Amino acid sequence: MTPLSAATQLLEVVSATLAAPIFLGWVNQCRAWLQNRTAPSVLQPYYGLRKLLHKDAVLAENASPLFRAAPYVVFGTMVVAAAIIPSMGTGLPMSAAADGIALVGLLATARVFLSLAAMDVGTAFGSLGARREMMVGFLAEPALLMILFVAALISGTTSLPLIAEGLSSHALGLYPSLAFTAVAFVLVLLAENARIPIDNPSTHLELTMIHEAMLLEYSARHLALMEWAAALKLFNYACIGFALFVPWGAGNEAAGPLGLLLAVPLLALKLIVAGAVLALIETLSAKLRVFRAPEFLATAFLLAVLGLLVHLLLGA
Amino acid sequence: MNVSLTNLEACLALLAAWGGIGLAGMLRPRSLRFAGRTLFPLGALCGIAIAVGAAMHLGAPPESAVLPFGLPGMPFHVRLDALSSVFLFLLGSVSAAISVFSAGYFRQGEGTMPGLLCLEYHAFLASMGLVLLADDAYSFMVAWETMALSSYFLVTTQHRIPEIRAAGFLYLLIAHIGALAILLSFGVLQGGTWQFTFDAMRAAHLDPAWASVAFCLALFGFGAKAGLVPLHVWLPEAHPAAPSPVSALMSGVMLKTAVYGVLRVTFDLLGTQQWWWGLVALGIGLLSAFYGVIFAAVQIDMKRLLAWSSIENIGIVFTGVGLTIVFKGAGLVQLAALALIATLYHCLNHAYMKSLLFLGTGSVLHATGERNLGRLGGLIHSMPWVAWLTLIGALAIAGLPPLNGFVSEWLLLQAFLFAGDIPHTFVNMLLPVGAAVVALCTALAGYVMVKFYGVIFLGQRREAALSSAKDAGVSERLGMGVLALGCLVLGLVPSQVIRLLDAAARELLQIPEGHWGAQWWLLAPSATRHASYGPLALFALLLLTLLLAAYGVRLLYRRRVRRSAPWDCGFAAMDARMQDTAEGFGQPIRHIFEPFFLMTRELPGAHDQHPVYRVTVGDRIWRLLYLPLARATHATANLVAHLQQGRISTYLTYSFVTLLLLLAFVL
Amino acid sequence: MNPLPLDMQLLNACAALLLLLSFSMLAQRRTVNLVHLLALQGALLVVATLIVAWRTGEAHLYLSALLTLALKVFGLPFLLHRLIRRMNVYWDTEPVINPSATMLIGLLVVVFSFGLAQPISALASTATRSTLGIAIAVILLSFLAMITRRKAMSQVVAFLSMENGLFFGAMSATYGMPMVVELGVALDVLVAMLVLGVFFFQIREQFDSLDLCHLETLKERE
Repeated sequence: MTPLSAATQLLEVVSATLAAPIFLGWVNQCRAWLQNRTAPSVLQPYYGLRKLLHKDAVLAENASPLFRAAPYVVFGTMVVAAAIIPSMGTGLPMSAAADGIALVGLLATARVFLSLAAMDVGTAFGSLGARREMMVGFLAEPALLMILFVAALISGTTSLPLIAEGLSSHALGLYPSLAFTAVAFVLVLLAENARIPIDNPSTHLELTMIHEAMLLEYSARHLALMEWAAALKLFNYACIGFALFVPWGAGNEAAGPLGLLLAVPLLALKLIVAGAVLALIETLSAKLRVFRAPEFLATAFLLAVLGLLVHLLLGA
Repeated sequence: MNVSLTNLEACLALLAAWGGIGLAGMLRPRSLRFAGRTLFPLGALCGIAIAVGAAMHLGAPPESAVLPFGLPGMPFHVRLDALSSVFLFLLGSVSAAISVFSAGYFRQGEGTMPGLLCLEYHAFLASMGLVLLADDAYSFMVAWETMALSSYFLVTTQHRIPEIRAAGFLYLLIAHIGALAILLSFGVLQGGTWQFTFDAMRAAHLDPAWASVAFCLALFGFGAKAGLVPLHVWLPEAHPAAPSPVSALMSGVMLKTAVYGVLRVTFDLLGTQQWWWGLVALGIGLLSAFYGVIFAAVQIDMKRLLAWSSIENIGIVFTGVGLTIVFKGAGLVQLAALALIATLYHCLNHAYMKSLLFLGTGSVLHATGERNLGRLGGLIHSMPWVAWLTLIGALAIAGLPPLNGFVSEWLLLQAFLFAGDIPHTFVNMLLPVGAAVVALCTALAGYVMVKFYGVIFLGQRREAALSSAKDAGVSERLGMGVLALGCLVLGLVPSQVIRLLDAAARELLQIPEGHWGAQWWLLAPSATRHASYGPLALFALLLLTLLLAAYGVRLLYRRRVRRSAPWDCGFAAMDARMQDTAEGFGQPIRHIFEPFFLMTRELPGAHDQHPVYRVTVGDRIWRLLYLPLARATHATANLVAHLQQGRISTYLTYSFVTLLLLLAFVL
Repeated sequence: MNPLPLDMQLLNACAALLLLLSFSMLAQRRTVNLVHLLALQGALLVVATLIVAWRTGEAHLYLSALLTLALKVFGLPFLLHRLIRRMNVYWDTEPVINPSATMLIGLLVVVFSFGLAQPISALASTATRSTLGIAIAVILLSFLAMITRRKAMSQVVAFLSMENGLFFGAMSATYGMPMVVELGVALDVLVAMLVLGVFFFQIREQFDSLDLCHLETLKERE
């Protein structure tokens, strides 16, 4: 572990954790613009978090310790996930301990804890949300894994920074298989982050929601952590997308500190574009019925597998 | 006098000790105290000793011996090699934990007398040990049948309940059909030499067609014991019927003896493998994994759910076996070793996690008297020990890092991923699809476990009586604790475990030493450049962020915590019946995978005063395969029944005609 | 890691996109969108033909590209759109098998055709041979789409997409068919399209719908 890689690691974790809400704010702002609404400030998620952290926590009478521990676990998992996704630099010491498969496992851990916590109080909405979350999850998780597999096969490794390095090193290589996975990835991202075709982050219409239904019993600091974790998850997904499909510009060992410095504005630029595109997609699509969600995700899963097959056929 | 036992002798002595402990139970057959306080703990000690002995033997050259008993001219041959050691370690360690649990579990008046139960239990353990040590077909079959019989008696402990007798009968029937296939497989394997020692079988050269027959028979026979689809039907019946420690032992250990059998026959007794065998095993494995997990997701009986989950896991194990054969057949020995290690690792993992979960259901069953998920709930408040220990097992089996289930999944996926250069085109194209199915099954396992854990331990109590449920006793906690610890250790230091498994894989696949394991601080199959996994570091970082987050929140805002009624969107009249039921939680799976299920729905009419909604989910394979078979058997039996006249003179005529025919044939 | 020259990479990308479009056709429920996808498929074919023409320098391929552009990107979709407007069949009903299952079968079809194509393409000498598997997959997937649709209109679109697959297959295996054959096929397709258009009107006259299950009543005996 060189000082530079340690610095990269630290910078990434801290900046991801701190900057995640601003990305969410940016997406919300774009959405508001596209829908002809007055846009909230980009910093709105921070205000929300501050407000929540200042309140007294209210717990349901029969909430177990699991319910109180879950926000920390979910938040912690997302932070660890941020530590192994190359967003600014590829020299991440932690990535040796956890590769792409482990990343999928980490995200699954967060999902399982979130769902268990939602079932803990035993309300109708909580368990409904948990069931739906797991339904989305059991299709999205293998889809994400297959997406990572395609990239792993192309670059010959499952370690995410090495994948990003491998993909960016031959800048002019066209990978048809990545076209499939890119489509699949967008579908998975939308589903996993409770975005519009599957779930609506701004709804409180009980019967259509998934993610919000699971958080109904949370308040104050627990809710703050959960929302922060959700923002971080979106940020993480965006960074996974960058690592796989637009890997250029992440600083590596060879580029030195300067490369790392350059990577920061580049990442910001990528995030701005990605946020706008995400908002556009959300605005243009209509929410699917819950029964259609499995079809949507099955499509993602099959596309990812197809990408794998195309890779094997064309060797690219 | 200097007594130095070889590992093999020590293991045999310990197996004999198990037998002795079992017989000792018959001294005071009605005394629960004697069996629980003395015999089961002694059995646990033996188990620990066996585990230690087996672990020490790993890496050492095989030892063999001939026992002075058996049939005249057919003495028992025994042999301890690396593969046996791995499975003996599994048997010893897991059974030790289960024995400790059992010491506090069995109650008076539950069917079979405690002393007899103790005998059956230890005979079961000893016979499983002997299966792993046997080195000739004869002793193997004797041990195998003893294992089947003793487990049959254990399953039917509560033999006064007709359903349990039926389940036991089904189990015994399929076990025997399987045993018959295994016997035939050995018959083929001896290759005309009529020598039934395994050594002779190793030396016999079978032509490819006969070798394939032997493999298929073995796969069928051992598959029946392991619960592969479509031979799985006994498993969801027998596991719920048996007492929980027995279910744990059957699911955790006995199923693994079948895996051991397949590995022994395929890689040891059959010298060369054909790659298409691997495809067969792979296909059946994937089918079992998928079939098992979707059925697990729709079960409403907690032990039946776990039984289906066992089918899933066995399916994954056989996927690994199939992958190993494919790689070995294609000449990719390093990948074969990786796949084999993943297989063995998953066997170990599943033994620990599934036993833990079964023991957890046992405690719940004793505390509440309920197996039906629809009448449980909220037990984390009244049974915290069981709840938290079971949580570890549930998370592990859902394949979540940093616990152990994830490690074997990781290894298996790595083996799939870097399979790229198999010379057979179709196989090359099919393997990614296989990897996708494995990924799907693992994700579904997460679904199943959230349902299992959430419905039993979380939420509100669905029955008022549950509030008086008592937590498990000390020995039960201890047994579960050991298994939970095992899950953690297997998850956190995989490289150390793999160093041991590697010895077995190398010996079995006959790979020369030195190709494997250059660097072991991380789990890295081929090279760290390709892929690595360091659960300890991951876990440490996770704990660190967790603590930092908790500390940060506390430091910044020291606000109090208030308790109030659940909010539930302001819905005031909430009761326990409004939360999701086990049926409800399985609904998406029923909906998505509808063609696989045989569903009967009972829907309420518009004007029903007491509306009832009921849905039962059946197994299509019953209707498609077993019922026609049963009908055919019945019809054949009816035909034969015409022979039965009841008149002595008719029977004498039969004998007379037979005699005439035989004489004509002979002369 | 990717030693292919850029034009070949582009061609592979076109091939992969063709496959992606075939899958979208399987999943698509709206007839109008099906026609859009068909036009897009035609456009990709034009690009692919141009790449092959540029690489091999075969003049007739430029002509062929032009023909494809005229017929498959503008001609047929235009005709189809007009038909859809006039007959007001924007939506397809629920397909025979649900879309996820169809796509799963499609995946197996792809596995099958890739496995099938690999030995063949090992024999072929053209630089475009690796895309043969995709061509076969496109053909079979279009076939699958024809099976799973109820409405005559979507079946015709699937049929045309199958023709696209054949065209692409011919190009990957032997750098396209001879010009005469190509012209003939193009003419055939055009005529087939016109005849089918007439059929549509007849079917609708007869049954007031384009749902093909009505044709089942035409058999003589129950």
